[in-house]
Amino acid sequence: MNILSTFKLALRALWRNKVRTLLTMLGIVFGIGAVIAMVAGGQGAQASVKEVFQSLGTNVLIVSNSSNQSFGAAGGAGSRLSITWDDMAALEAEVPTIKWLAPLLQARGTQIASEDSNWNTQVNGTTATWFRIRNWEAAEGVTFDEDAGNGNAKIAVVGKTVATQLFGESSALGQVVRIAGQPYEVVGVLVSKGQGPMGDNDDIVVIPVKTYQQKLSKGLGKYIQGQILVSTEQDNQAETTIARISAVLRDRHKLDTTDEDDFRIRNPAEFAKAQQDSTERIATLLAIVAAVSLFVGGIGVMNIMLVSVIERTREIGIRMAVGAKPLDVMTQFLVEAIVLAAVGGALGLLMGYGAASYMADYFGWKFFFPADTAAIAFGVAGGVGVGFGLYPAIRASQLDPITALRYES
Amino acid sequence: MSAPLIEMRRIERTYVMGDTLVHALRGVDLIVEAGSSIAIMGTSGSGKSTMMNIMGCLDQPTKGSYLLNGKDVARLSKSQLADVRGRMIGFVFQSFNLLSRTTALENVEMPLMYQGVSGRERRTRAMAALKAVNLDDREDHHPNQLSGGQQQRVAIARALVTDAPVIMADEPTGNLDTRTSAEVMAILQGLVAKGKTVILVTHESDIAAYASRVITLRDGAIIDDKLQTPIKAEVAA
Repeated sequence: MNILSTFKLALRALWRNKVRTLLTMLGIVFGIGAVIAMVAGGQGAQASVKEVFQSLGTNVLIVSNSSNQSFGAAGGAGSRLSITWDDMAALEAEVPTIKWLAPLLQARGTQIASEDSNWNTQVNGTTATWFRIRNWEAAEGVTFDEDAGNGNAKIAVVGKTVATQLFGESSALGQVVRIAGQPYEVVGVLVSKGQGPMGDNDDIVVIPVKTYQQKLSKGLGKYIQGQILVSTEQDNQAETTIARISAVLRDRHKLDTTDEDDFRIRNPAEFAKAQQDSTERIATLLAIVAAVSLFVGGIGVMNIMLVSVIERTREIGIRMAVGAKPLDVMTQFLVEAIVLAAVGGALGLLMGYGAASYMADYFGWKFFFPADTAAIAFGVAGGVGVGFGLYPAIRASQLDPITALRYES
Repeated sequence: MSAPLIEMRRIERTYVMGDTLVHALRGVDLIVEAGSSIAIMGTSGSGKSTMMNIMGCLDQPTKGSYLLNGKDVARLSKSQLADVRGRMIGFVFQSFNLLSRTTALENVEMPLMYQGVSGRERRTRAMAALKAVNLDDREDHHPNQLSGGQQQRVAIARALVTDAPVIMADEPTGNLDTRTSAEVMAILQGLVAKGKTVILVTHESDIAAYASRVITLRDGAIIDDKLQTPIKAEVAA
């Protein structure tokens, strides 16, 4: 019996029980769809986690006062300050693996205004090196040079979001932005960095650290009311640098060996790694759940094929009587199962593609269509057809024609 | 003289049912020449169904030899046996055994599929077989749209389509009224006239009367084997 006839026969048999075929197929559709969506989603999530932390800058460590509980947030009222401006100078002088170092004072939720617009944003007070640590350049105008960063001019570099909110389509360069009642000249607009771990990277205004202290902190003070960003010379120097910074600060703060640190040093790369690991674990778990649902779909195929073989016992008997060999009967049922699974797999592929692109859209991930996974999933669907169709098909082929012909349904 | 179409020697068939051994056939000898019509009679349990199954290559004897067209089929594999069935035997059953929700034409085409005949040729030959039973105008009808007599004629067309020399008819008129029975028997007699060998399995003597030879089985053995002049099936106008 040729394969084309077998194929037609299978399609006809499936078409005859449309509802049953559809329901059985759904198991495979959802199984394959889920596998693809989960793998695609997992890859998208991992890529976006990676991207988010890369936007933070590489080889970066954050040194802050111990009271700063939340990641990156400035300490509120009652924070116990411990790191002084002198500490910062000492670190720069005494820790050789430090490449760049910048103070970072932050005021979240600061109201700023242009001529005809206002906006609530985060104002950062820092120096020129901060832009280098974060590898951040100006799209228009300039960032701070050494002098501007260390000076106390009323100048500002704004992020893309702020520029758009305050000045719309027109250029922000040379315009005046009012921060806490004081006018600042916009000297630069930063390149867009998109979403970061703390939200929109571009929703930011940067002013020189001294200006910040004078106008927003009201006074220079002894302590740094924020954090110090440090970048290391090499990728692999995080640990030695942390140890060295810790030693310098403990010594300067005159802490006994039994005292706890009165400062914190964090390594965002480690945090990123942990995030990525947990994302990966979740993605793997979801993929396993999806695979289980595909397996369940396969069992559905087997179940229906077994029912079908019993229902069509007499048909099998008739076919055998007129010359169908056991192999012919087996092929007929196997092809039916494979067609069922393959069509289900194809629909599942479409569904997975749709779900993956929707998720990417919804969560703001990069859209990944895992072509290799899709190919494997489709192969698995075919394999499910063979694997779960084989037993019913063999049962059909082993029927005794005499018994089968006498079978009353 | 050429070898007979069917030559059965010392055929035995035993079944194991639970703890007991059932002897369905106890050493049957039978020779059938091509082009004859024979009726196999017997009460239920006489072994006539077993006889038909073995003659029709649906079953194999436990002992003895069965030469069909000179070839020993007693020890073939399931697959080889299916092949012999497809080429040598056409079945007509009491309950017609057509595939439901399948047109008359497709039912008739089916045996050819298993012989690897191409779609176009299948169609041509199936149409010719339907014409031979006067049903070429019903090719698109499904079995449930046909009368019992018409269904049995489709079944006969299916038996004819492979050009098999042997037609095994198992109580072919068992589900039909007298008039329709006569029609079906007339068709079968027409086939004998064209050189087919028709084997009727029946328990009704008025059906056996259409055959030229009547074999009676009892307890798995032939107790009577007689030649007769068959009555001619008359189709009422």
